[in-house]
Amino acid sequence: MSTDAATAATTYITPALKDSLNVWSAPEVSHPVDCSDIRKWAIAVYWPEVPPKIFWDEAYAKTTKHGGIIAPREFNPFAWPAVRPADRAARPAKRGVGERTMNGGQKETYGVPIRPGDVITSKTALVKMEENTGKLGLTLYKYTEMRWTNQKGEFVRSRISISIVY
Amino acid sequence: MASKVYFEDVKVGDEIPKWVKQTDFMHWNRYAAVNDEFVYIHMDDESGKNAGNAQGAFGMGNLRWAYLHNMLREWAGDEAEMKEMNVQYRAINQKHDTLTCTGKITEKKTENGENLVRLDINVLNQDGKSTTPGYAVIALPSRK
Repeated sequence: MSTDAATAATTYITPALKDSLNVWSAPEVSHPVDCSDIRKWAIAVYWPEVPPKIFWDEAYAKTTKHGGIIAPREFNPFAWPAVRPADRAARPAKRGVGERTMNGGQKETYGVPIRPGDVITSKTALVKMEENTGKLGLTLYKYTEMRWTNQKGEFVRSRISISIVY
Repeated sequence: MASKVYFEDVKVGDEIPKWVKQTDFMHWNRYAAVNDEFVYIHMDDESGKNAGNAQGAFGMGNLRWAYLHNMLREWAGDEAEMKEMNVQYRAINQKHDTLTCTGKITEKKTENGENLVRLDINVLNQDGKSTTPGYAVIALPSRK
């Protein structure tokens, strides 16, 4: 939406956006999770401290109730797809009204942990939209749900994330 | 890390140990490398300003999300299980901010055989400003 058009807009909910509500994406399947993926993730989120052994020391991890290495709960097995998302390629220009977005927050529910060798399947859908006029002007809240299962069909994680458009 | 906390040993009102981290590009770049989050607003001051942050590039909400997990993990140990977390991103993580993760127990209950503890959580910056308020639910091991 152009800045001029958005200035006069009374809604950011386009017909295309409305049509996408509650339409689930085709399943996306991760590459198999590798021990190295888990270790590097843990190093990054603990940097510069040494991360907990449960994420990188198999001998220790076997002594826990998990029986082996597990990934941090917030681990993302979908990072680094071979085919790059097009929307990340360009440096963003200064954005106008109705083109700016913020990460508003998220709610996640966890099932079984992710382990080395797991292959995770994800589906997502826009599940809710709310619009109001506040301190940012006309503001749209988009709620997107994501559901992950593993190769055994076990529930791994669900997330509802809030994207704010203003 | 063995079991650090048992359900019987905690009570509503307890504050858990804080988890503190000063963040800058060294932390953001490492996180970008594992989460494939090379987004200009987190890498480039001009892009950060274009996005409305006068101080330039800023940190990822996802990294604060991870830091909150770290705090809870550090407190509860490897035998505990994270069940749920919910946060709102209310303020930006600026370069060189000192972030302090906090948690306070607000509820204890046993449900479906699990010993659940609910905590109010947050990430405060060095000025004490709330940046990431929310809650978490963790299942703790029992001494029984």
